[in-house]
Amino acid sequence: MILFDKVSKRYPGGQEALSAISFHLKPGEMAFLTGHSGAGKSSLLKLITLIERASGGQILINGQNLARLGRRGIPPLRRNIGIIFQDYRLLHDRTVFDNVALPLIITGLQRRDVVRRVRASLDMVGLLNKEKRYPITLSGGEQQRIGIARAVVNKPPLLLADEPTGNLDPELSREIMGLFELFNQVGVSVLIASHDLELISQLPYRVLTLDKGRLIHDGEVTDS
Amino acid sequence: MKSGSSKRVAKPSRSGASRHAGRRGPGGYLERHLQVLVHSLGQLNRASLSALITAAVIGIALALPAGLYVLVDHARQLGGHWNETTQISLFLKQDIDTGRGEALADTLADKAGIAAVEYVSPQQALDEFREFSGFGDVLDTLESNPLPGVIVVQPDASSPPEAIQSLLEQLQALPEVDIAQLDMEWVKRLHTIIDIIQRAVITIAVLLALAVLLIVGNTIRLDIENRREEIVITKLIGATDGFIRRPFLYTGFWYGLAGAVIALLLVNVSLALLQQPVRRLAGLYGSDFQLGFTTPGMVMLLLFAGIVLGLLGALLAVSRHLRAIEPE
Repeated sequence: MILFDKVSKRYPGGQEALSAISFHLKPGEMAFLTGHSGAGKSSLLKLITLIERASGGQILINGQNLARLGRRGIPPLRRNIGIIFQDYRLLHDRTVFDNVALPLIITGLQRRDVVRRVRASLDMVGLLNKEKRYPITLSGGEQQRIGIARAVVNKPPLLLADEPTGNLDPELSREIMGLFELFNQVGVSVLIASHDLELISQLPYRVLTLDKGRLIHDGEVTDS
Repeated sequence: MKSGSSKRVAKPSRSGASRHAGRRGPGGYLERHLQVLVHSLGQLNRASLSALITAAVIGIALALPAGLYVLVDHARQLGGHWNETTQISLFLKQDIDTGRGEALADTLADKAGIAAVEYVSPQQALDEFREFSGFGDVLDTLESNPLPGVIVVQPDASSPPEAIQSLLEQLQALPEVDIAQLDMEWVKRLHTIIDIIQRAVITIAVLLALAVLLIVGNTIRLDIENRREEIVITKLIGATDGFIRRPFLYTGFWYGLAGAVIALLLVNVSLALLQQPVRRLAGLYGSDFQLGFTTPGMVMLLLFAGIVLGLLGALLAVSRHLRAIEPE
């Protein structure tokens, strides 16, 4: 699903954010990406969604070589990846329903299918009764669940989350992680960037640890 | 959930864009455009006051050339109308009395190349002058009527200018005639003046069209800035440039349409206000000329121009500013 082969990222200033990263996330696999802030977690996620391009090495997403993907290829790539942000990134002038519907509207789905799938998605995150509310009137945990509903409404084969629990308390964080596990169980590949080691260590998933742009650990248990 | 995702895992090369192809149906494309069209109108409605001001500025910019065009068009019609009725006025010598004047008119009426003849006696001329000029009191102080008799000669409508010119010379040579005046000269001058004014109107129209482009472009640019976050988010979840561009183009469409409608209102209200004075002025010239309102063709043209300018302005802003906004 995600294949990194000796990937490096150098910024114009000369500083190397990532160097020679290689790993393979298989279809249906769930993993955490961890490390201190500045270790390169965000850079790595940006390479996957082509917000930035790698300076060296190869990245294959869903069998597609990102180096060969032009500007026009970016929207279809992103539609196949559900992205979840630390700051939720919701549209505050639209209702919960409209926020979740956005990825479907973008693909041009017909209205009645949109309604059906948005409701199904909101039901999964437990917010079906709040579809007419505006995001600002909801709690942080609820806003993040809207973000998740939006990410999965399109049924992407891959979910990426950048510090999804960064703004949430431990109990809410565990709830959110439970949602990710749920999606993973139905076959979705999940990669979660997080520095919440305590939460990660409670869960039985693969952990990729970055330090100063290098992959220093790749395995089931983390010892840091 | 499972079936949807595994299907795509099996066919990784298929792009997301074609995934829902089967569900879109024939009306899907139109439906999507209609949704955005209505949605962009809703957003304008929410920002109503500033949107109204923008539309009003566009309206004024469109109304100016449109109004001038209508006036010039009327002037041209008026000129054309007079052109058909080219007249030669024969001012008779002071000592020619009414009887001789009428007799001369009768002989001229039978002459080849003359369609109609009308004799205006000095008394009739005085009465007309008294009625329309407003100098009635002054005329009363005069001892005798200073106005000569006039024979108005109407040449055959088919006569070429040279024939009219030679007729003019013949009439001038008549012993009873003091001055023979061809009224076509000033019609020609009027036409030349109208041509100049029309050029000026076209120049003004081009300049103001440019102004409308800039107004719409700048408004849309601000709109894009205000919605930067929204644009970034929609790009992140896979919106194409076309999808992001669409609402801004429709906003330009609405601005153009609203501006054109306001311009039509302004022009027609102004024409209505001019109606009365123009009718009085035409009356002074013995004409039943009336100032009309904008014709259906004119209405269509103005709406079309407004919409095209709105869309173009939006396109300018969008192509310059939208690409610069990328997720970071």
